Amino acid sequence: MRDNQDQIAVSGAPSPALDDTPARLRFRDDAPFESPIAPLADFLAGGNFAAVRIEPGEDARELVPHFDRLKLVEIAFPKFRDGRGYSSAAVLRQAGFTGEIRAAGDVLVDQIGFMRRVGFDSFAPNKPLDPKVVKATLDRYPYVYMKAADGKVPVWALRHG
Amino acid sequence: MYRYDQYDQAIVDARVAEFKDQVGRRLRNEITEDQFKPLRLMNGLYLQLHAYMLRVAIPYGTLSGTQMRMLAHIARTYDRDYGHFTTRQNIQYNWIKLEQFSDLLDDLSKVEMHAFQTSGNCIRNISSDQFAGAAADEIADPRPYAELLRQWSTLHPEFSFLPRKFKIAVIASDSDRAAIQLHDIGLQLYRNADGVTGFRVYVGGGMGRTPIIGKVVREFIPVGQFLSYSEAILRVYNRHGRRDNIYKARIKILVTELGIEEFTRQVEAEWATLEPLGLDAPQAEYDRIIAQFADPAYEIGAPDTIDLSDPDFKLWVDQNVHAHKQPGYAIATISLKPKSGIPGDASSAQMDVIADLAEKYAHDEIRVTHSQNLVLAHVRKVDLYAMWQALAAADLATPNLDLVTDIIACPGMDYCTLANARSIPIAQKIAAKFENSISEQRDIGELKIKVSGCINGCGHHHAGHIGILGVDKKGEEAYQLLLGGSGAEDASLAKILGPGFDENGIIDAVDKLIAFYRSARSAPTERFLDTYRRLGAAPFKEAVYA
Ligand code: HEM
Ligand code: SF4
Repeated sequence: MRDNQDQIAVSGAPSPALDDTPARLRFRDDAPFESPIAPLADFLAGGNFAAVRIEPGEDARELVPHFDRLKLVEIAFPKFRDGRGYSSAAVLRQAGFTGEIRAAGDVLVDQIGFMRRVGFDSFAPNKPLDPKVVKATLDRYPYVYMKAADGKVPVWALRHG
Repeated sequence: MYRYDQYDQAIVDARVAEFKDQVGRRLRNEITEDQFKPLRLMNGLYLQLHAYMLRVAIPYGTLSGTQMRMLAHIARTYDRDYGHFTTRQNIQYNWIKLEQFSDLLDDLSKVEMHAFQTSGNCIRNISSDQFAGAAADEIADPRPYAELLRQWSTLHPEFSFLPRKFKIAVIASDSDRAAIQLHDIGLQLYRNADGVTGFRVYVGGGMGRTPIIGKVVREFIPVGQFLSYSEAILRVYNRHGRRDNIYKARIKILVTELGIEEFTRQVEAEWATLEPLGLDAPQAEYDRIIAQFADPAYEIGAPDTIDLSDPDFKLWVDQNVHAHKQPGYAIATISLKPKSGIPGDASSAQMDVIADLAEKYAHDEIRVTHSQNLVLAHVRKVDLYAMWQALAAADLATPNLDLVTDIIACPGMDYCTLANARSIPIAQKIAAKFENSISEQRDIGELKIKVSGCINGCGHHHAGHIGILGVDKKGEEAYQLLLGGSGAEDASLAKILGPGFDENGIIDAVDKLIAFYRSARSAPTERFLDTYRRLGAAPFKEAVYA
């Protein structure tokens, strides 16, 4: 397959529909949270929900006033190339959200290193990930250049520790 | 020059290991080509007409002799003995085999080089002024800031799946040699009225199918905060940049659709949340990096005159040598536009020669320019003659910098899958008309001809004094003619002059334009671009189409 262009990078075939399987990978100590996940509009309309789902075009900042009643934010990745969900997670962590942030959908092993850094702590990929590859991926980088939500110390701080 | 420390090296090594692992999983079919593609693109690997094309990053266009020798080795070992220096100050190889790619990456990482983020929808290699650190007109060397940006943007977790590619350029003088107003972010370092250094921040410039000149999003951001400010711009872009249409996905479209006032408001609001998080590197890190770009050990009292008794040498000095801030030194540009050459191409033997000369005469530093030439930035004036002789022996001393034969051309139909038409042969045919007479070229004066094989504009045709754009006319290669562009501090976009031409037609048209300009200029010192700006398009149009 020849590249027509590097342009195809944001289009391409849509990924399969999301399924309802619970998180298959979790990096939290608290008990997994199993309850209905509301679409953002329903959640904001005041339903009695503790879990909400954010689609790529939706504004995660709208959740900031409701952190006290939120246990889980699920961020949808209908296509792995759509990177808006990274900013959604980063915005939530920077605003102080400490509940679970789950990446759901077209979540690939090559993305989860970045996802962990911006604040995701659970993953519901459409296709199960090989735990060995996941571990190798997450252990790969000994250092990071920049601060993010995971609290890792950037190299500029190590250099001038 | 910046040298890696243990941290930089460890990150590059890990990245190489990661990509080898990704290639392995692709070869075992554990990931699809569709999933692999963005991964390999983030490692500079494209599939092109004949083979894989690899783009190697040359951060802010600066490299050492050792690194240049490695680029020669790669050309010799993995390619057909040449490489192509690009308008983004990188080098491309056209004939790479996937099976050899791991070895190639290992070779590169031995000399602190890699191919990361030279393509894909991420923050690309940072570009800068090829005269950085040597120019008399700069307020400071801009490269430490480009290096800070390089580190900040390398494997940025939030910005590796942007709507589209993202290009940043940094300069530190009023003369813009890096086309910053045609970048997604352009940064100009300057000192404000209070004596504080900071950046003027341009955003939303770019070429491609919708060329736009960047707008100022902030008149002044202190140097200490420019990383968090960049983060704010990228955050707004990542959240709101269009993803429904690939042709509207660059930040320039977002800026245009929102308007610069609203875009600025959003960036400032975002920055207000980011600035307190301590994302900016501390002063000690600035100092560490700035120290690595300290001036080389200049010889104090080096003679400040050049013996110009050899007329050929004098020609080269007049055309290709620029003033240096240090008395006794000069900046020399090596033209990669020799007679009947391919713009930007260098053979491995030539790269070796350049590496040797850089070590011998130029404090071991080479720069790549966006017009596809190379620069030796710190040469003692007394060494220029010997260096010139060695360059001439390797066909590297063509005295045509910024003249009509110093043409930018993209790979075009000869290599590129997107091309509508060939670019390289057009450049060669135009050059052929003038290349036998340097005095005629000098009489014509500064003239920037830029050729792209399609609307994507890799050859900067929008910024050409004369721009040539390959189009498809009912299955035939055809060329449009544009006039009046500039990528410099007086940035402007070239405009289409009239109906397009076939190959011979475009060569003739350029001839007519030049003839008309020579008859119409107000003085021999008036450049083609200035005559065009003074007279407007109409008389040029008449000269070509009448
Ligand atoms: C042969 C493989 C290449 C491919 C497939 C390719 C692809 C593209 C595409 C699709 C664009 C348009 C981007 C947009 O409008 O958003 C583009 C723009 C550009 N490319 Fe290339 N390119 C190639 C080679 C090169 C080379 C060799 C150079 C340097 C000589 C280069 C430099 C540029 C520049 C400067 C732009 C304009 C950036 C802008 O829009 O602001 N490309 N390229
Ligand atoms: S301008 Fe078009 S033809 Fe030329 S390299 Fe870019 S994409 Fe290819």
